Amino acid sequence: MPTVVELPVSAYKGPVDPDWCPGCGDFGVLRGLQRAAGKLGIQPKDLMVVSGIGCSSNLPGYIHAYGFHGLHGRAVALATGMKLGNPDLHVVVTGGDGDGYGIGIGHFIHAMRRNMDLTYIVMNNMTYGLTTGQASPTTPKTTATKSTPEGNIETPINPLALALVSGATFVGRGYSGEINHLTDLIAQAIEHKGFALVDVFSPCVTYMNMYQFFKPRVYNVNETEYDSSDWHKAMPKTYEWGEKIPLGVFYRTEAPTYHELDSSYKHGSPVAQTLGLTAEQGQVLVKSFM
Amino acid sequence: MNGLEVTVGIGGAAGDGNAATGDTLAKVCARLGLHVFVYNSYQSIIRGGHVWLRMRIADEKVECHGDHLSLMMALNQDTLNQHTSEVNAHGGILYNSDKLQVAQDDLQPGVVLYPFPVKDLSEKFGRNPIMQNTVLLGGLLWLLDLDFDVLEGMLRETFRRKGDKVVDANVGVATAGYQYAVEHYAKRDYRWPLSGKRRMVAAGNELFGLGALAAGCKLYAAYPMSPASSILHWLARYGPRHGMVVKQAEDEIAVINMAVGAGHVGVRAMCATSGGGFALMTEAVGLAGMTETPVVVISAQRGGPSTGLPTKTEQADLHQLFGASHGEYPRAIIAPTHLLDCYYSVIEAFNIAEKYQCPVLIASDLLLSEHRETADPEAFTFDVAIDRGELITDGTPADYKRYRITESGVSPRVLPGHEGTAYVAPSDEHDEQGILISDEFTNPPMRKAMMEKRMRKVDGILRELPAPELYGSAEADVTLVSWGSTQGLLREAVALLAEEGITANLLQIKYLVPFHAAEVEAILQRSKCKIAVEHNFTGQLARHIRAETGIKMDEKILKYDGEPLEPHHIVERVKEVLHAYSR
Repeated sequence: MPTVVELPVSAYKGPVDPDWCPGCGDFGVLRGLQRAAGKLGIQPKDLMVVSGIGCSSNLPGYIHAYGFHGLHGRAVALATGMKLGNPDLHVVVTGGDGDGYGIGIGHFIHAMRRNMDLTYIVMNNMTYGLTTGQASPTTPKTTATKSTPEGNIETPINPLALALVSGATFVGRGYSGEINHLTDLIAQAIEHKGFALVDVFSPCVTYMNMYQFFKPRVYNVNETEYDSSDWHKAMPKTYEWGEKIPLGVFYRTEAPTYHELDSSYKHGSPVAQTLGLTAEQGQVLVKSFM
Repeated sequence: MNGLEVTVGIGGAAGDGNAATGDTLAKVCARLGLHVFVYNSYQSIIRGGHVWLRMRIADEKVECHGDHLSLMMALNQDTLNQHTSEVNAHGGILYNSDKLQVAQDDLQPGVVLYPFPVKDLSEKFGRNPIMQNTVLLGGLLWLLDLDFDVLEGMLRETFRRKGDKVVDANVGVATAGYQYAVEHYAKRDYRWPLSGKRRMVAAGNELFGLGALAAGCKLYAAYPMSPASSILHWLARYGPRHGMVVKQAEDEIAVINMAVGAGHVGVRAMCATSGGGFALMTEAVGLAGMTETPVVVISAQRGGPSTGLPTKTEQADLHQLFGASHGEYPRAIIAPTHLLDCYYSVIEAFNIAEKYQCPVLIASDLLLSEHRETADPEAFTFDVAIDRGELITDGTPADYKRYRITESGVSPRVLPGHEGTAYVAPSDEHDEQGILISDEFTNPPMRKAMMEKRMRKVDGILRELPAPELYGSAEADVTLVSWGSTQGLLREAVALLAEEGITANLLQIKYLVPFHAAEVEAILQRSKCKIAVEHNFTGQLARHIRAETGIKMDEKILKYDGEPLEPHHIVERVKEVLHAYSR
């Protein structure tokens, strides 16, 4: 094992400061990601941060790394293309619950099925912040929002349970109010080989301020007697909600990644290959038509 | 067409094996040095329905399935009921006389019937109903005066993997059909000048795939959709062995985002679909435009709107391609005009996409994508130019700005992983560094500057593309104006018109965006009678030309019933138009 040379958070300071509302949970996630990358010694040039649209999707602009600020809901698909194209990049997808669990939920599920080697950090604030506070796929039932003035009548998505049934090989939850824990969780997720979901309670101070709700309730499940390798224990744990709400690694397993199973990678990283066909290869293909 | 030719129709239900039988016959002809053009008219159905494959076989190059039907191989009664009367005078009909009957009243004069007692001929080789095709194919070889050994070789190769028993059964049945024909029927007098030069038989979609490999495409993403799916099938088979990642995704939105993602990290990436899938892709086509990411997208058109005619041809998505994505951004739209063009257009598309860092759209259609045709192996060059444009691969440039404002509009690119040049590619409007200006209170000068920078690339692209040229005599009674896949049938129509004393020329447009407005205007200003020919209802190219040049077509020949135009349609309509004009 090569020794990891840790980098300071300042190594990842972005070109502009975040314009999130003061007190936004996303500051904690940005800090957690910068610290996790530093802890793992990932050079900014090897870090690719990909997002969709939403307040939290502005994150790639605030971190010094390669980034792509894509379309609403499409970050996971975009990031899949990047990881398929250059498997040597550390590809981290950052976004919100509307982006990932609403408009982009199809891509989320299929990336997990594929065990695509991505780290997906969802800043789950249970609302659409950038569009000024409508109900999101994780808004609790009965909550009154701009789009649900009489209270939300839809059942919220349980992203961790969805990840478990979709084949994610790392399923975790953090809280932006617990930065040390979150840093450690993100670092584990990046190190994990395969698809890693980190759902983060990242409260919206303007439209869905839940700091007071989460603070007394959250606890680290990995500091209890809990076996995070047992899928069947993880499933009910994702439904634990009320007086106590678990954070931490709910489930983790080893499984081959998409890249390990796709035969084309025998030829190396697509971005590093010589382009085109040799005359010999071309002639073999021509013969296949005869 | 002055040479020798024959058009064979093979009709049956889906699942009867028409396509496989057609492929075998096409390859036999190609191995003997003949040319073929095959168009299969089929339904969106897996079993049953009616499949009607027409194969034109000729000793000279043919670029459409033509106007004739010389011989018919009927695999079911429905085929006889529908097509018997179409068999040309003195043609012939091959059929299984155990099951099928020909209505004598439907026959044109001199049509010869070739019944085959399929059961007796194939019984000892097993009870597979597909054996009927092989019996008839054997008989057809005799009638066409083609070498049976070549068919035998083909069958041995095709079934080798299934074991000796299957090989022997197929060869046995074909031999029985051939022998039966030898003993009972006079062969038709063709006397092919067989060169023995082996040719390829390929579909447009397969050559899109081959072109992608030759261009160094390393990621192909797709969601199944007719008539683009066979690109996926071909590349799934041949791509990975050349290091290409072939990814079937969950939907077309994922498909194009994956391709854009791969393009962004420096991989030549392509995807393909048809109109409905392309509709889902459009937002991300604009994303590629805004983030200046190279990507190649093929849209193989079929009948629309909505689910439309999944297995029928149309050219009605030109406006959709023009209108892809909200906003304005530079891109190219290329409509390949013939089989070989599929191969070279993809290679050209990748070079434009990378040189100008923009999406390139290729407009195909079912006719071009799915028809099969012979091609000469020497026509394929593999040592093709691969132009990656302004790509910085070494060193850390001082003061690097990914979206630097330049005269050409092209900003030198670095790939993620490059030391010291990290930046964010934004879907929002941004400054030269890629920093969002959408979050600022207002920055109209920067927005204006970035729009102009991107749009300057259009001039460069246009200079890169060859202007269209007239086919045929510059002085003509009629100028046919069309685009994409119709070139072959229109060139033949020009020749047929000449036989009737009408001089026609053809302006076939391949590069639709950017558009060679000045050159097209100069050509059309000299035309006496301009007739647009398109597979759509409204004449989308005609409207495009009018928008770009102010020139209005005099007439339009439009077909939107799902079946492709045939040369005679053009000849008849042109004569009507000229007749009306002369009065």
